[in-house]
Amino acid sequence: MNKEELIPRVCVVKAIRQETSDVKTFMVVDQDGKKPFEHIPGQCAMLSIPGLGESMISITSSPTLEDHLEFSIKKVGVVTSFLHAIEPGQEILLRGPYGNGFPVDTKFKGKDLLFIAGGIGVAPLHSVINYCRAHRSDYGKLTVIYGSRTKEDLVDLQEMQEEWMKDDMDVYLTIDREEEGWDGHVGFVPNYVTELNLPPTMTAIICGPPIMIHFTLGNLKSLGFQDNQVFTTLEMRMKCGIGKCGRCNVGDKYVCKDGPVFSFDELSELPDEY
Amino acid sequence: MQELIDRACQLLEDKTVDRVLGWSAGEFVYDITPCVFTDVDDIKKNFVFNDFCGQNLSKYLVAETEKEGKIAVFLKPCDTYSFNQLLTEHRINRDKVYAVGIPCDGKVSGERLHEGGLEGITGIEREGDNFKVHTVYGDEEIPMADALDERCKNCKSKKHVVYDELLGEDGEVLDSHRFDQVEELEKLTPEERFKFWQGEFSRCIRCNACRNACPACTCTTCVFDNPESGVKNKAAANSFEEQLFHIIRAYHVAGRCTDCGECSRVCPEHIPLHLLNRKFIKDIDSLYGEFQAGEVEGQMSPVNAFTTDKDAEPNIVREGGKV
Amino acid sequence: MIVKISYDKLPDLLRQLSDKLAVYLPVDKENGTSVYEKYEEGKTLSTKLNTLRSAKDFFFPQVQPMAKFRMEGQKITVEDPREEAEDFVIFGVRACDVRSFDVLDKVFLAEPVDTFYENKRKHSIIMSLACGRPSETCFCESFGINPAEPAGDVRMWIIEKNLYLQDVTEKGKDLLSKLDLSALAASTDESANASAVDKEKSRVQSVYDKLPLHDLKPTDNRDRELEVFKSDLWKELSDKCLGCGSCTFVCPTCQCFDIEDFNAGTETHRFRCWDSCMYKDFTMMAAGQPRKTQLERFRQRFMHKLVYYPKDHEGMYSCVGCGRCLRRCPIHMNIVKVMKAFQEEEQ
Repeated sequence: MNKEELIPRVCVVKAIRQETSDVKTFMVVDQDGKKPFEHIPGQCAMLSIPGLGESMISITSSPTLEDHLEFSIKKVGVVTSFLHAIEPGQEILLRGPYGNGFPVDTKFKGKDLLFIAGGIGVAPLHSVINYCRAHRSDYGKLTVIYGSRTKEDLVDLQEMQEEWMKDDMDVYLTIDREEEGWDGHVGFVPNYVTELNLPPTMTAIICGPPIMIHFTLGNLKSLGFQDNQVFTTLEMRMKCGIGKCGRCNVGDKYVCKDGPVFSFDELSELPDEY
Repeated sequence: MQELIDRACQLLEDKTVDRVLGWSAGEFVYDITPCVFTDVDDIKKNFVFNDFCGQNLSKYLVAETEKEGKIAVFLKPCDTYSFNQLLTEHRINRDKVYAVGIPCDGKVSGERLHEGGLEGITGIEREGDNFKVHTVYGDEEIPMADALDERCKNCKSKKHVVYDELLGEDGEVLDSHRFDQVEELEKLTPEERFKFWQGEFSRCIRCNACRNACPACTCTTCVFDNPESGVKNKAAANSFEEQLFHIIRAYHVAGRCTDCGECSRVCPEHIPLHLLNRKFIKDIDSLYGEFQAGEVEGQMSPVNAFTTDKDAEPNIVREGGKV
Repeated sequence: MIVKISYDKLPDLLRQLSDKLAVYLPVDKENGTSVYEKYEEGKTLSTKLNTLRSAKDFFFPQVQPMAKFRMEGQKITVEDPREEAEDFVIFGVRACDVRSFDVLDKVFLAEPVDTFYENKRKHSIIMSLACGRPSETCFCESFGINPAEPAGDVRMWIIEKNLYLQDVTEKGKDLLSKLDLSALAASTDESANASAVDKEKSRVQSVYDKLPLHDLKPTDNRDRELEVFKSDLWKELSDKCLGCGSCTFVCPTCQCFDIEDFNAGTETHRFRCWDSCMYKDFTMMAAGQPRKTQLERFRQRFMHKLVYYPKDHEGMYSCVGCGRCLRRCPIHMNIVKVMKAFQEEEQ
């Protein structure tokens, strides 16, 4: 797919998987049935439905998945509500990929990685986690802390329990409140991070709602993590995806082009407007 | 001018008010910015009142009276109509305002001077009914009347309809020619008139200056900005939409527009927007009897005060809203 | 090469040019303004200082159709409305506006290239016009622009009763070489023409030096980004801003846009249109609003022009000193007042 094009291309949703009550994963191919484009974990793509508008969505699948792209999408707005109502075979418009993606081949290489996700924030992390699993020897220990409101809201639970946990990964799951049929950890993600008392030699990647990111970062710092060891992906109102339309501009950066992945030491140099 | 500055200082000093809303001087004689002063020294240094203080300050009072404390404001005769109208609409907290009426013999904007071909202006002096304009290309004398904004050329009133205190003498409601141009447009055929407005609106860049400057446009979120409204748009995708914005806006302010002329003053594309509003005013006058929005506080416009039991022909009234 | 023709021959020059290409030039309008229009017989060059709207419209119009979509059942078809543009001349562009093209190029032509912009830009031939009568709102020299020596493919001067043309680029040279100079009774006396032009440049400079903003210099705040961002001055400066977009839309360098869908019944038209960081919905999103008040929005516009853009582009400012915003802002708050306020604060 041509990166400079602002005109989207027609792609097809070949299959849909219901993840939770309000999250579905869409498997997308181009009109020839092939993967529409190659990407880096953490990159986004612009999905649209004619007349309803465009939405910037992070790519959930790992680049190592060869036959299609996956997008785990929560039903929140006009475009996503439409997507939640479609059947396989539906055509959609797609352009991308956009953004820098996670530094999987540079800053992450050889590091113990700690992935911390809250709610649908697991979507972009899903891509990078599976990428790291596919290139297992390039990374040290892989740890995941993932929390959601309820057990029902945990996305990819099956995959985590059946595949990730069986690998040599540590997966820590938590839900906000006690519920029947859940014998795992209960409590908010930031507190769980403190309780686990992980060594500050790891490189952490946080993704989730702003408030969760805020408190998690604070707790990581108390554990001795430095700003340059912690990464996140920003959610800004992106429109063009190629650093021109101006709405995701923060300081001298454009989130759609220079981000969405930033380390907290990079963010500390930017005006506090994200 | 000095009288205003002295009075502004006094009002702060004797604690009548906490803030003063006026105008502050700019880089040139004409580029004046509305300003809230809280400090006497600041007023002495920066407060300005001259022939270029055209901005209608009344709309700022919507936000200013939501703040703590009392504010003094200087209102020209036509601004007092807007102020009154905003009071009628309960947009301004009257208790927090000390209104000082000030006389006006018409305002001029830098734009009018530039349109007349004057460039490189370094100073302007008023000499009777003339301006002496100093430019780097030499001095020029122009009659003030030529440089007036349209609204001032057709001034509707020199009378202040509301004030706590008046500086100078009050004037009279004038017999203006403000509907002449509307009458000219009415004489056109619908096709000609359509062409006229099409030509004017085609220049619109949807900067929203008209709306944002308009004292009758005080919605917190305009329908054109609201994604839920179904008519949200930022630009005209086609010529139909181009007309829609201004016509709907004119309908929204019908009966409430005092004809202050800010819309046309601020339009960077020189679209005579006031003519749309004046058409509504003229029609309201002829259909329901003369009505001037903002003339009397609390008086509803005939458009808003219309009732089916008193104002309508009985045979056109039908019960609606029932299934 | 500098060629001189009599100003009376301007219609002949325009005719010659428009025989070959579409030519756009500023023309005077009844309401005292000047706007770019396509040259037709009888139209003549405006005598105004500058056009009401900037020349960015040629490459980045207010509304740019991007695609048409049709949706039937599960199927979608996309139609790309673009056609390769043809070469065209913009005649009489002032030095400030010519510089604005450089500012826009750095955004739109940076990888990944904006092909809508590029399509128009690469087919344009700029015939710039030196300013003979700069005005009090002019501050192009603050950004290193010489009003009497504009960039462009061909630059022109009107000196007394003559028009001087100089080729600047290969494109310009090529254009001039296609003209029938003898039919224009052109003089190619290089040294006489050059000396007339030099004299004009110094005359304009001496006028410029008398203008009120002649000594305004921007402050390089690239290293003080956060300090300037956090300054208390923004509150005072933005306090009476109406939040309209007139400064943005008359600005030759403002380039923010929105992408919207227009439901045209059986099909959807996707278009982009100018947008303004001064608008409150500019950064509004489901998760919240990072710029909650007019202060943040006002600050964004000026931080972008004076700090962020220069930081991204080796110190080049995203302002060309054309003065349009100084003339059009309903409350006369503008970039000059912002620059001066920060300079005063520093002293």
